[in-house]
Amino acid sequence: MIPELGHFALVLAAVLAVAQSSVPLIGAQRADARLMTLGAPLALAGFIACAIAFFALMWSYAVNDTTVVNVVQNSHSAKPMLFKITGTWGNHEGSMVLWVMVLGICSAAVAAFGRDLPSALQARVLSVMGMISVGFLAFILITSNPFERVWPPPPDGQGLNPLLQDIGLAIHPPLLYLGYVGYAVTFAFAVAALIEGRVDAAWGRWVRPWSLAAWSFLTMGISIGSWWAYYELGWGGYWFWDPVENASLLPWLAGAALLHSAIVVEKREALKIWTVLLALLAFALSLLGTFLVRSGVLNSVHAFASDPARGVFILALLGIYVAGSLALFAWRAPAMAPQGHFAPISREGALVLNNLLLCSICAVVLVGTLYPLFLDLLTGQMISVGPPFFNSATFPLAIPLIIAMAAGPLMPWKRAQLFPVLQRLWWAMAITLAVFLLALFLSGWAVLPALGFAAGIWLIAGAAADIGDRVGVGRTRLANAWNRAKGLPRAAWGAAIAHAGMGITILGVAGMGLATEKLVALPPGGSTQFAGYEWRLDGVRDFMGPNYTARKATITVLDNGRVVHVMEPSKRFFPTGRTTTTETAIRTNLIRDLYAVIGEERDGEAVLRLHDNFLAPWLWIGSLIMALGGAISLSDRRIRVAAPARRRMENEAGARA
Amino acid sequence: MTRKRRRIWILVLCAIGLGSATALTLTAFQDNLVFFRSPTDVLTTEIPPGRAFRLGGLVEEGSVQRQGEYEGRPAIRFRVTDGANAIPVVFTGVLPDLFREGQGVVTQGVMGQDGTFRAREVLARHDETYMPPEVADALKRAGHWNPAQGAAPPPAQWNTLEPGRADAPRRTGS
Repeated sequence: MIPELGHFALVLAAVLAVAQSSVPLIGAQRADARLMTLGAPLALAGFIACAIAFFALMWSYAVNDTTVVNVVQNSHSAKPMLFKITGTWGNHEGSMVLWVMVLGICSAAVAAFGRDLPSALQARVLSVMGMISVGFLAFILITSNPFERVWPPPPDGQGLNPLLQDIGLAIHPPLLYLGYVGYAVTFAFAVAALIEGRVDAAWGRWVRPWSLAAWSFLTMGISIGSWWAYYELGWGGYWFWDPVENASLLPWLAGAALLHSAIVVEKREALKIWTVLLALLAFALSLLGTFLVRSGVLNSVHAFASDPARGVFILALLGIYVAGSLALFAWRAPAMAPQGHFAPISREGALVLNNLLLCSICAVVLVGTLYPLFLDLLTGQMISVGPPFFNSATFPLAIPLIIAMAAGPLMPWKRAQLFPVLQRLWWAMAITLAVFLLALFLSGWAVLPALGFAAGIWLIAGAAADIGDRVGVGRTRLANAWNRAKGLPRAAWGAAIAHAGMGITILGVAGMGLATEKLVALPPGGSTQFAGYEWRLDGVRDFMGPNYTARKATITVLDNGRVVHVMEPSKRFFPTGRTTTTETAIRTNLIRDLYAVIGEERDGEAVLRLHDNFLAPWLWIGSLIMALGGAISLSDRRIRVAAPARRRMENEAGARA
Repeated sequence: MTRKRRRIWILVLCAIGLGSATALTLTAFQDNLVFFRSPTDVLTTEIPPGRAFRLGGLVEEGSVQRQGEYEGRPAIRFRVTDGANAIPVVFTGVLPDLFREGQGVVTQGVMGQDGTFRAREVLARHDETYMPPEVADALKRAGHWNPAQGAAPPPAQWNTLEPGRADAPRRTGS
């Protein structure tokens, strides 16, 4: 009964989405207020329908309803309840239902919080979001119905891929989808602006919070995915430039560019056409990410679908949305007169540079990701493009980006001079140089990690210089500076925090450049020296889990005979699905990770891989700080959008100060 | 600065950005593309020494030796076969969870002087019924398996199977 209800809700959502995509748009074109106001209730109803479908599926998973094919294929009664529930989106069909539900949340948010929007703009935005919903609901209903029944029901399910039975992977997809789908909103705003033929500061003020929110969620989603790969795959790395990882990095890069160019639209009413184009591209790349992951074009744990019909369907959707929006862009963009010119050396100029570099990096990653696919398609030759390509192609572009990242926020709008900016950054430059030389010396002349340390410190120092300059440290009394710091707009704090977070992540990357590993075969009782400690293998024993059996090693880490850590890496064997997974043991003190993996056992010895990962936790701490910066900036936006009058007053006060 | 000059400025900047991105991509491609080769390809084509590539096929049944060391680290030796030919491989590291004899495997590394492939990475991250597409392609090219006929023949027979014999069931089957 519940699955049928869910299926019905999905069909209902599709019907509502068809109405949502047409009625408000017609209303906006005919300036009919009654039709336009239908958009908001339709969006809310569509969201409720999607949510019912989603929770119906979750219910089927929770009670392990083996009459539902999807549950049979991806779940098992022996699975812990948490993973039964997260298993709802741990498969192709369920994750698409999550996708449309998140889209529903965004539509409902535009409907609920968008009352201050011009009604025609709101109607058009909701309409475009409805069109996206229609496509994806049709995709679910036609090619991947999650509520399909099977009769007679098999005794139990086949189990979920054990790699996916993990808390990191439970929260990774929803965060990523919130990011991807958030760009659907900026896309809808861009398309609505193209239809209206008008982009103004108010538009920028609306696009910015959405792109910020999407970017923050995407940042968290990517970093949790990377963290998962770090502790679950047991390869000791955190980013493999795998096409699936790149698929999430591409919209992140384009979204970061969008986020910055939207500031220029809001403050200076310039870069409008470019911002609209970026909004289209960010969503196109999100769709591309969905296509690459969902179509099974790539082989990895992410590619659940291997049905070509699905790939073709998503490709068709991608083609319709991207080609349609770009055609609209080509047709309407020339009508939008560019205004607001500026000097190359200015805040706007720095943001243009940021956009240019982010987009160049994005293009390089895109080419590297898609080239093997196209080459295989065209010539049948199989190649792979691995980390060396991405590292050598993106690092040179990242360096000027990082240099500009610290200097840009210190530049005034309209027209700036380079020298005063550099003057305010001199101490940051001094620290950076000192760190570079020190790192070079300490790491034994390893240039790349030293550059990384310098870049990270430069960003953190630059962010500190930005805040210090705004509150007038050194120019005014401390109490005065404190008051100014409290009065500083949250967006300024958010930007500085996000930039510093990027710096911390880069320090983590640089630290991982100095990571060391050791592979040893040890008999029980044997020990080895590594990373300044003695590692003793006490023994390997069997262990029973709820739905797996495991071989667990006990390793004691000793510092001059004193026990520092006891680590228990294991290998799990899952009888349902007959697969094995590696469970790493990680001990961290937030400066370095000690990381141990157990390999196979032979001749009474166990092969162990030990890693000493310097600054590894900073990778994820930094990216969470980045997302936090986004959230702080967002809390400022909301106030401003709600109270434009107050904003004007603040601006005047700011201009006087 | 006039409006026109500003625009030229921006255009020049864009050209520099795009140009450097293209140049970087092309140079990086030149050095870092990793080609996939089957054991037969390795024996029949010339490979620049020291150039990394991916070697894929099936792990030959009975070929895995989990003893000895290589460059001071515990090593695993096995042979990768596409039915027609087999290449010995040495790997130091923890094998992926799904590495098994008779299963598809993709390894990345360089060819040694002695004809042994030194694998730096062994990729086998898939479930046990999965066949990497490169490996399936290599097997097809070696004439030993047509996936349309169903599952691959048992790997123990790979090196004794005649390509002609492998074709025979297809004719009778269709």
